[in-house]
Amino acid sequence: MTGTGSLGWFATHELRLAWRDWMSMMTAGQRRRERSAYIGVGVFVLAIHVLAYAMISGPLANGVVADAGTLVLLSGLYALAFSLMIPQAIESVTRAFYARADLDLLLSSPTSERTIFAVRVSAIVAQTSALALLLIVPFVVVAAIIDGPSWFAVFPAVLALAAIATSLAVSITFVLFKLIGPRRTRLVAQIVAAVMGAVFLIGTQIAAILSFGQMSRVKLFQSDSVIEAMPALDSWLWTPARAMLADPQALLILLAVALSILALTIVAFAGSFGRTVLIAANIGEGAVKAGTPWEFRCKTAAQALRQKEWRLLARDPWLVSQTLMQVLYLIPPAVLLWRNFSEGTTASVILAPVLVMAVGQLAGGLAWLAISGEDAHELVETAPVSPRQLTTAKVQSVLAVVAAASSPLIFAIAIADVWVGVVCAIFVLLASASSVVIQLMFRSQARRSLFRRRQAASKVSTFAEAFSSISWAGAAVMAAAGMWISLLFVGLALSVVAVARLFAPREV
Amino acid sequence: MSQPALVLQDLCKSFDAPAVDRLSLTIAPGQIYALLGPNGAGKTTTLRMVTGLLAADSGSIAVYGIDIAADPIAAKRIMAWVPDEPMIYDKLTPAEYLAFVAGLWGIAPEDAKARADDLFGWLGLEDVRDQRCQGFSKGMRQKVALAGALIHDPKLLILDEPLTGLDAGSARQVKAVLREHAERGVTIILTTHILEVAERMADRIAVIANGRLAAEGTLEDLRARSRHGETNLEDLFLEVVADSQMRDADADATASHARAKAAA
Repeated sequence: MTGTGSLGWFATHELRLAWRDWMSMMTAGQRRRERSAYIGVGVFVLAIHVLAYAMISGPLANGVVADAGTLVLLSGLYALAFSLMIPQAIESVTRAFYARADLDLLLSSPTSERTIFAVRVSAIVAQTSALALLLIVPFVVVAAIIDGPSWFAVFPAVLALAAIATSLAVSITFVLFKLIGPRRTRLVAQIVAAVMGAVFLIGTQIAAILSFGQMSRVKLFQSDSVIEAMPALDSWLWTPARAMLADPQALLILLAVALSILALTIVAFAGSFGRTVLIAANIGEGAVKAGTPWEFRCKTAAQALRQKEWRLLARDPWLVSQTLMQVLYLIPPAVLLWRNFSEGTTASVILAPVLVMAVGQLAGGLAWLAISGEDAHELVETAPVSPRQLTTAKVQSVLAVVAAASSPLIFAIAIADVWVGVVCAIFVLLASASSVVIQLMFRSQARRSLFRRRQAASKVSTFAEAFSSISWAGAAVMAAAGMWISLLFVGLALSVVAVARLFAPREV
Repeated sequence: MSQPALVLQDLCKSFDAPAVDRLSLTIAPGQIYALLGPNGAGKTTTLRMVTGLLAADSGSIAVYGIDIAADPIAAKRIMAWVPDEPMIYDKLTPAEYLAFVAGLWGIAPEDAKARADDLFGWLGLEDVRDQRCQGFSKGMRQKVALAGALIHDPKLLILDEPLTGLDAGSARQVKAVLREHAERGVTIILTTHILEVAERMADRIAVIANGRLAAEGTLEDLRARSRHGETNLEDLFLEVVADSQMRDADADATASHARAKAAA
């Protein structure tokens, strides 16, 4: 089973690569940081166990009964985990097809495509379940200590879920490939993944807000109305929940179903894996006509840089979709604000923080693309333009896009309430400027295609960008409501940028 | 006497260890100048300092009399750099890429367009001028990058491994374009591991080893200096590098001997 070229041998190889990849991410590629990474992970694991204990020791004190409430709650959480696994699995599957990496080597070796495909799909199952397991292990361990080892049944149940999610992701990607071709599949699969992930996540949150005025999904799953609407306790729908509660029959059924689906998926698609990878790889080699002939009518370097940024952005719908997707997750807080504060306040006041937050995030993403995601940085750096002019042109290109995207909304708000419109304009500018400044402080050199991994590259800048946007959003809503406490949030936002400066790498 | 195209004076750059060590060179205008050396010798570091991509620890660089540290913009205006891994935008067409580069160097769009037409013709890129660069082969990318470097008619063209990865036809086109530009007075500095290219194209050759200048001159000068009567560049190169490494080893041994003596 572990002989050269066997499934086990390949699995060991994949595992080693995944481990090194993960360590490289944790240590930013510096081996001397490994010890710090281990200590950091240890502290994190300990902290999350303490948190888990604080959260579940109370509810578990009297044991758990498989009643309707428990089954609905566990099923809801299971469905939530599934909705998060789907986009991750689709992302991994598309990456396996399009980022050739070692596939040229593997597919040119005398190893069967089926073996390679089976190992790749299994690796995706492992990756998909890893994140969920990372989050739930402390809860399961604490639950097992308090309520008995039967809670360890959650682990195989999660693996089963990951196997089903991966099978679905593989099927979706192959079907898209057949239907719309390799070029569009890459973009559409990413959008499908993000929407599938967002629909359940955002939908349940909005339902919870509208029903209970809180963003807590647990409240929703434990509500009488939801429990009453659910099928009888002997329904097969509860199999996953019963499996998590260590019902041996349910666990066996769940595992059998999941592994069968996975096996069927592998058998169904393994034959066309190599061909699909080759087609995906070849899409880059075909001639791509520029849609509309476009001429740089620019007299200065700044004009050339701005036009280039806009053109690259316009030609990359995947990047645009990734940037705009962040905005989707602002819908629940908007609904919450609207529900909690709409009485006695105009809707425009409620929109102000959401708009400021969304634009701040959008500006951060665009600034990363323009500043760090410069694919020809050596060309630009060797141009007869001062660094200040370069930076100014890039910042202008970002702010122009932000202005174009936010102006219609600000204008609409201003029609409803001039003061709120003015506040929105000011704070949108401040939030965008903060995000751009943070990106300038943490500038690096990366390929634009690594846009999705930018958060992993600098966690400090990601958090700083998010916290500054949140602070500016807070300041905006207070200012829109005419409250002086807005200044406090302004101070907070500026502090976030100042603290980020302390952590920013020094220029060499 | 005409202004030298490039003067390097005691140039030093260290990372963890010295990469360029008191390197001095003078390159006359209108020459094709080959910079040779084993991997890690300091060739690319030197060129990156000349183009302003790296700051020197000490020493000076003058491009046609312009001090790169004092007036980098003026120096960059007359230079062009083509790295070994061509950096172009996948989502732009070659025509758009050239127009963008022309914009960066402040060339009027009409002039740039006429020049781009010539360059596409010389480099055999007419058929792909309006196709996006994504999926172009390494050779095609290299030619697009070269066209971008030539669009603003530089006086000094610096190329890092310009012919690596090119097929025979493309290599011939690139060599012809470089020769033609050299004849028009453009100074061309290139690094290459393909010694035959240096042998056939270069007017002068410098060999760098361990960040220092190991030998410099025309091919005839290097032949005349050979202790073993080597005549082809490959043998000359290996002899020069071996001699240089031996000198460095001797110097290291002397230094450690002196340290040991001082400690005793």
